[in-house]
Amino acid sequence: MHMEAQKYLWEGAIPLQIHLHELEVTTLPPPPPALILAPRMGYLPLLSTLIKPYFSSALPPGVDTVWFEYKGLPLKWYIPTGVLFDLLCAEPERPWNLTVHFRGYPGNILIPCEGEDSVKWSFINSLKEAAYIINGNSKNVMNMSQSDQLELWNSVMSGNLEAYLRVSSKLKLGTVEDEYTIKMNLSTKSGQGTGETDMAGQVKTGRIPVRLYVWSVNEDFHDLEDAPKIDNWDKISFINRPAEIHTEEGKCFTLHDALKGLLPEFFSDLPLIGEESPKLEDEDKMKIPSEDASSNRSAEEGVENLCERMESSCTTTIAEIKLVRIQGIEPKLEIPFSWVVNNLMNPEHFLHICICIKVAAGNTI
Amino acid sequence: MDILSWDGALSSSEFSIAGHDFIEKWKKFNPTYPPWSWVTCKKQSCVASHEVEKYLSLENISLLSLCEEDHGDESQIGEEEISCSEEEEPIDSATLVESFDREVHYYDFHIVYSASYRVPVLYFRAFFSDGQPLVLDEIEKDLPACSAKVLLESKWTFITQEVILSYLCISDWNGYACLPCI
Repeated sequence: MHMEAQKYLWEGAIPLQIHLHELEVTTLPPPPPALILAPRMGYLPLLSTLIKPYFSSALPPGVDTVWFEYKGLPLKWYIPTGVLFDLLCAEPERPWNLTVHFRGYPGNILIPCEGEDSVKWSFINSLKEAAYIINGNSKNVMNMSQSDQLELWNSVMSGNLEAYLRVSSKLKLGTVEDEYTIKMNLSTKSGQGTGETDMAGQVKTGRIPVRLYVWSVNEDFHDLEDAPKIDNWDKISFINRPAEIHTEEGKCFTLHDALKGLLPEFFSDLPLIGEESPKLEDEDKMKIPSEDASSNRSAEEGVENLCERMESSCTTTIAEIKLVRIQGIEPKLEIPFSWVVNNLMNPEHFLHICICIKVAAGNTI
Repeated sequence: MDILSWDGALSSSEFSIAGHDFIEKWKKFNPTYPPWSWVTCKKQSCVASHEVEKYLSLENISLLSLCEEDHGDESQIGEEEISCSEEEEPIDSATLVESFDREVHYYDFHIVYSASYRVPVLYFRAFFSDGQPLVLDEIEKDLPACSAKVLLESKWTFITQEVILSYLCISDWNGYACLPCI
């Protein structure tokens, strides 16, 4: 079960169309944009080994420092590509049109990036932090041998899930166990046996590493393409607080519960969504849609459904959730949180959640 | 709180209380030094009701060069004075390295509560007078000798490069941090 979902994720990619910034073009005609499939779990600076040679003949002489920009917004290089896409493209744009720069690094907006090393360091630090959150110490990560660390990083860079699992299993960062997952395992068809080893004997409930990207808007919008654009990083709040799982006998700890714990002031008045039968069937919940049109449509329908329900049932709330997006999908909020954690987390063991909240104008938050 | 069984972790409200206490003690023991202040996240979309979004800040502290005495515990933080002090400071501050040019280094310190590590984390960065940042090697030279030794041996070590502070609702921090290494 975990294996299937993880495979989908690791194969997930965002089609990018990368344009060289016009001020940096020295050839006539200007070079056509580069078309690249960027891994969701990867990072933009890691693409420069492909992009640089492509554009090198058009560049002015000098030292290159690669940075990317979307509609004028310099992109933070330590955020995984998939998360940037989910956050900045309310209405998914395919291909995603980005501009690459090799000069004029905006040091006032972006922290320096020295290529692959910076990204690797940031990744390992996040992994240490995740280990600390899950186990109460970062020992396993700190004691990793050099070769293991290298293998782990290389597996992430090349998208090699097998190699990744081989090394990361030594870190004993566990999976979250709960009744729901057990029931699913019992009821699924045979021929699924091989992927269950990570389930056995690993019970790690408690604190879950989460990176929450909160984007709040003042106006309402029905269609994602009408959503206000993010043109400034000040419009996003980065919340780095572990989610706490509290299991109650007979009750499932849902994504909604987890978000409530992370953002209590936004969730206290909101009813649980999804009492009526949803358009998406239960089985759709289990599939991770790949980046294609059909899943996109159903995801959008899900969001509209969500928005309509939200408006009809909330009268006195100061805030309403417009969108919750994880790994490019918008899960129903009553999905078991343990499933989300076990299946949708990034290789550094963080769950990245993009959430758009509409706050009534004039509210001081 | 039972000190004997305490694992060192703090809740964010405990940090808040401790922070206020720290500010008062700093004023009391270091009256000539600039005070620490609380800073609240000013972002438009910031969730300001959580205490984790407040942090302690002490910025633009200048360190001047000292005379040749090389005793590890000497320290000087101030504006214009240049003098050798033999007295023990209650708070361990940076020693000044003998420097013929009398360079001035400016330091920014933030103490931020980390919900992940459940401890306060010290973030720091240093600049030359022209605004150019100092790298860690240069900052280490500003430390008292005993601290530098502790730095090597202790389990609390520095991260030797830029740290990302934006995950704490503050814009990206181009500096260093002391993170737990346990």
